[in-house]
Amino acid sequence: MPAPPAIAVDNLVKVYKQTTAVAGISFTLAPGSITALLGGNGAGKTTTIAMILGLVEPTSGKVAVLGAAMPRQRYRVLHRMNFESPYVEMPRRLTVRQNLKVFAGLYGIADVDGRIAALAGELDFADLLDRSTGKLSSGQRTRVALAKALINDPEVLLLDEPTASLDPDTADWIRAHLDRYRRARGATVLLASHNMVEVERLCERVIIMKKGAIVDDDAPAALLARYGRQNLEQVFLDVARGARETREAAQ
Amino acid sequence: MTASHPAAFSPARVGAMVLRYWYLLRSSWPRMLDLIYWPAVQMLMWGFLQLYLAQNAGFFARAGGTFIGAVLLWDILFRGQLGFALSFLEEMWSRNLANLMISPLKPVEFVLALMIMSVLRLVISTIPVALLAIAFFGFNLFGLGLALAAFFANLLLTSWAIGIFVSGIVMRNGLGAENLAWTIMFIFLPLTCVYYPVAVLPSWLQTVAWALPPTYVFEGMRALVIDHVFRPDLMVEAFALNALLFTAGALSFLALLKSSRRSGALMQGGE
Repeated sequence: MPAPPAIAVDNLVKVYKQTTAVAGISFTLAPGSITALLGGNGAGKTTTIAMILGLVEPTSGKVAVLGAAMPRQRYRVLHRMNFESPYVEMPRRLTVRQNLKVFAGLYGIADVDGRIAALAGELDFADLLDRSTGKLSSGQRTRVALAKALINDPEVLLLDEPTASLDPDTADWIRAHLDRYRRARGATVLLASHNMVEVERLCERVIIMKKGAIVDDDAPAALLARYGRQNLEQVFLDVARGARETREAAQ
Repeated sequence: MTASHPAAFSPARVGAMVLRYWYLLRSSWPRMLDLIYWPAVQMLMWGFLQLYLAQNAGFFARAGGTFIGAVLLWDILFRGQLGFALSFLEEMWSRNLANLMISPLKPVEFVLALMIMSVLRLVISTIPVALLAIAFFGFNLFGLGLALAAFFANLLLTSWAIGIFVSGIVMRNGLGAENLAWTIMFIFLPLTCVYYPVAVLPSWLQTVAWALPPTYVFEGMRALVIDHVFRPDLMVEAFALNALLFTAGALSFLALLKSSRRSGALMQGGE
């Protein structure tokens, strides 16, 4: 019998006043998988992630994480999942250590100092622990934000453009760490990104969204073959500009 | 590594949030100074005014301490609410609310941490100002004894009820509603008769005044300072009204939280 999905999204809709942000999407993510949500600005990626996290209530449809219906049963699973986004910050006046202590407390970590030391070692920011979070560079801040997202050793990790505004070296380093973590922990990772290199490097499956709907969903290699392209950036442009539909209509 | 079944209520999570605000407070001397500066200025101004009136009018000579007492109690009400709402605003300013809302932190734990911080801020601000009142005017707030405990508890309950409501409004509507945190309590200043007896108000407004718990505290304080009588009946009525007000504040916070989940406000946290 196959393992139950880590994340199950069923006919999910979110309407903000007159705007439909997510228009009836469905997918399931197997435990231990890593999937990208790909799409242009306003495609509905962030709203989808927010509904999976229980931050936004769907207009209709269902989301379940590790078997718990979100947002109604969120307290059954919030301690087993986490999230990182450059658009959600941590208090800037607090030092890195203070911030991580607070989040360790919120997630009920038993050995707080040990966990912080381990994360600081893995993510290479031990020398920053007593520095104000607001005084870090964007690369350093991303590493600390990732430490916050990993503080509870989550089984489900959601990431919203985790390497946005990072230099290529730091971005590559972050990706490598995420990949290592996922393999070692067997964690399920869902990643919203604009960065095609990142998606190609990390993800075994890509869900492409446009105007709130899923327009394609497959492994990167299968997508490249189907669109007849060399890389995902070209696929992304085809989807964004409706090139595939145009080509099919012409044929 | 983490508890497999997080408890329904976790003192550790409350402690983590208190720690978060304490780290912030102690790292910022302007925040600390702000707790003491304005209450001290107000107390000195009203104290000197009372001194002047006492030297020139028989009633005020008899009523020594009512203004200073009123100022100090008003500050408990005002600062209690502000302390609560400011801690919440810190989350909005630092764009940290989404991090908290995806953590196992429950609304009741969040609110309890804000209440604890409100008391901590009050203690930091009230004790030095109360000592100044003794030094300058010989008015000993702590001399009110058990009555002070009843006054304090009632004012604190009102301040929390309003603070919870204001925090909910800011959460739902963003930082555009931030000014409410600073100004909402001033509606209580004329209506709860901080500096004058309820009898001064027109009769229709007296009905409004008696619907507000702090009115009972300020009347009780005047009865104590002027007539040397403690009125437990006033305190009981204030507690009953506070129970209603606090329940209404808590329910409105939960409703606004639900509404924020619907509108996507928890994800934004901006204006």
